[in-house]
Amino acid sequence: MFESAALRTRRKIRDCVAQGLIYLAVMLVSLVFFWLLVDLARGGMTHLSWAFLTESPRDAGRAGGIASILVSTLLILLVALVAAIPLAWSTAILLAELVPAESSFGRSVRFSLHVLAGVPSIVFGLFGNAFFSIYLGLGFSILSGGLTLACMLLPILTSTAEAGLRAVPDSYRLSAAALGLSRTAALTHLILPAAAPALAAGLLIGIGRALAETAALLFTSGYVDRMPGSLLDSGRALALHIFDLSMNVPGGDESAYASALMLVILLLCINILAMKLAYGLQRKKIMT
Amino acid sequence: MNDDPDAFTLGPLQAGPPCCEPQPLIQVRNLTLHYDGKTALDNVSLDIYKGCITALIGPSGCGKTSFLSAINRMTDLIPCCGIDGRILVDNQDIHHRDCDVQALRRRIGMVFQKPAPFPLSIRRNIALPLNEHGVTQKKEVAAITETVLRDVGLWGEVCDRLDASALSLSGGQQQRLCIARALALNPEILLMDEPCSALDPIASGVVEDLICRLQGRYTIVIVTHNLAQARRIANYAAFFWVRERTGQLVEFGRCRHIFESPREALTAAYVNGARG
Amino acid sequence: MLTDRVLTGILRSGALLSALIMLLILCFLLLESWPALTGLPVAGFLTDPSWHPLESAYNLMPMLSATLLASIGAITLAVPLGIASALFIVFFAPSHLASLYKRLIELLAGIPSVVFGFWGLTVLVPLISEWQPPGASLLAAVLVLTLMILPMIAITAYTALAAVPDELLQNAAALGLSRWGTIAGVVLPAARAGITAGIILAAARALGETMAVLMVAGNVVQHPESLFDPVRTLAANIALEMAYAMGDHRSVLFVSGLLLMLLVMALSAMAGLLEKHRHV
Repeated sequence: MFESAALRTRRKIRDCVAQGLIYLAVMLVSLVFFWLLVDLARGGMTHLSWAFLTESPRDAGRAGGIASILVSTLLILLVALVAAIPLAWSTAILLAELVPAESSFGRSVRFSLHVLAGVPSIVFGLFGNAFFSIYLGLGFSILSGGLTLACMLLPILTSTAEAGLRAVPDSYRLSAAALGLSRTAALTHLILPAAAPALAAGLLIGIGRALAETAALLFTSGYVDRMPGSLLDSGRALALHIFDLSMNVPGGDESAYASALMLVILLLCINILAMKLAYGLQRKKIMT
Repeated sequence: MNDDPDAFTLGPLQAGPPCCEPQPLIQVRNLTLHYDGKTALDNVSLDIYKGCITALIGPSGCGKTSFLSAINRMTDLIPCCGIDGRILVDNQDIHHRDCDVQALRRRIGMVFQKPAPFPLSIRRNIALPLNEHGVTQKKEVAAITETVLRDVGLWGEVCDRLDASALSLSGGQQQRLCIARALALNPEILLMDEPCSALDPIASGVVEDLICRLQGRYTIVIVTHNLAQARRIANYAAFFWVRERTGQLVEFGRCRHIFESPREALTAAYVNGARG
Repeated sequence: MLTDRVLTGILRSGALLSALIMLLILCFLLLESWPALTGLPVAGFLTDPSWHPLESAYNLMPMLSATLLASIGAITLAVPLGIASALFIVFFAPSHLASLYKRLIELLAGIPSVVFGFWGLTVLVPLISEWQPPGASLLAAVLVLTLMILPMIAITAYTALAAVPDELLQNAAALGLSRWGTIAGVVLPAARAGITAGIILAAARALGETMAVLMVAGNVVQHPESLFDPVRTLAANIALEMAYAMGDHRSVLFVSGLLLMLLVMALSAMAGLLEKHRHV
């Protein structure tokens, strides 16, 4: 039984149209994104220099650089990581190693973190303002900004670490138990080292998130662009700096472009590093 | 699940014309297959006769499945797979420019080792390929669906739940649905790649019976590792062997000859279970 | 063993603390919005003449409608583009182009919202303004949100498409289905649950997005009559007014935050449910 030529042509036309539309969509998407990236690079290149990175902002950021901003960003990040890592990783270890996956404790912790992951960042900002800045009396400070970010990072750090620990082959645990190692010893000597690349990759993803964050810091770490003297000083994060320059400072576009480019480059490096780690992980799994 | 033996009752199927008019439907001439430059199948020439069941037997890796896939150009899907030689179906070169691969695959149905019904309803599984090939009238689709499900003996088991997911069927039922799906397109040729090997013995028996009853209506080429099965159902058998990782055809002939009085010593050894 | 028990104890308290943070956030949001929820007539959020916090008029509706419209618009644009991108990577592109395009999408997924907002402000808004002033508008918000959620939809759709078993594709080919026939008839239905879950999560992200929208939407509180009207979303409103809000006003902002969070939580619960169904 042969098919009519008309049917065959119709099918060919339909396939070609579908393919054409998909190529069109992809071209559109790539075009817009290249436009964005090229625009960012062109706008930022002219202004980005070593001096820009090492000077503090003057004239509301129109002149000078972003040194104090970078320091504040780094401090906020450090506070966030110092607060979030112990909590996140101990949660992950507990969930992956010590509690059966279906226990009610494990389930409720996981559910709570799942919900936390979906909370919009502006809501974190509201909470941080109410709890850290006002209730705990930390005011607009690097400390309260960092702690707010720590809450945001908790779910992502936990879920990446838990996945990494679960990927460690069970044979490690069994052979450690067979050798009479305590669980603590097995964890510190065998399982954590084996999961280290995954933990690091998750950490990098978390750092990327934290660097990109603006809304949660608006009313927790504040706007002050001076060099912070202590963790209780207000400090302006890089992302917030871009926002402020472009929205509130007429004539701040050049510095904003340079800061945006700086931020994107930073994030790009972090992403590449995280991908390398994850890729190395995959390779190792294939080898064994 | 629904695997109680009573459930396997086959529907009526008119017997086809007696098999084995000695008229070749597929002619394979000097077929050589490479993957990545490595020869997987070397210089195979073979006729497949209309209305008969031809079994391809031989050890693993001897190129039986590659041979089967070449007939309906499934090899097109494998990157870096090269083909030399000619395959004529009904005297038409399937690699000719004018040959439409979709139309070709409609004429040549294929059933795989692992049943893979689409994750759609039972009805849609059969309707989808029909629609694609221009059968769009609801009545006609429904009629064909009923016919092919009866042919494979599935109608009685599923007629009241055609809209249930095909994945809710048992393994044997899934395989019969896959066969029904292939039959719905009314192919002339059915290629079967170890259709029973992923099934339990009872379901496997049912599918084997089904294949026997399809004889005459369809030209069937079946790959099987089960020599007893090949002997039971096939009219012709082709014995492949692998030498230095290259598959080749050792002997082809009537099933009885291959199993009882083969020309080659290798064939005799294999079918008597001495090697492989 | 003693060390094991100590370790378990420490870990347990850590996990408990991280679980409690969610509760803490909910508590504080409720606590801060309590004065507004009890002290003000709740119907006022719907029926007050407009949003004039200084005159105690707290109608949230214009901002809610702007939030929903911007998100719906972004989803409408991003879903076809995102799914097309994923199909391109899995089925249409030659392998080197596919990995290149996938890299591009992953790169974009990592660009912070403030940078999207900044680009929208300096490039898109002037462009729209040339066409239909004032430029900062619902349309600009929709476009920027589209760019932000597109990578997310593309990546989840890619994951779902790549998980479709090869056997299905083989069977489809053996039945003589063409490439588009296979995609429309077999692949998309098979990957539907995963793709939908991704879309829902992207919708949640669009609803809660603050900075990018704040920078391009114009921030006028009104029910938009056309795509070119400036609008203010709930999240942007919080960011704009939180700095000086006092008393009831501050409390109402927390109410809008609570509303936003409930919306997003409902969406992610839906996505979770879908995910679970897929594995059955």
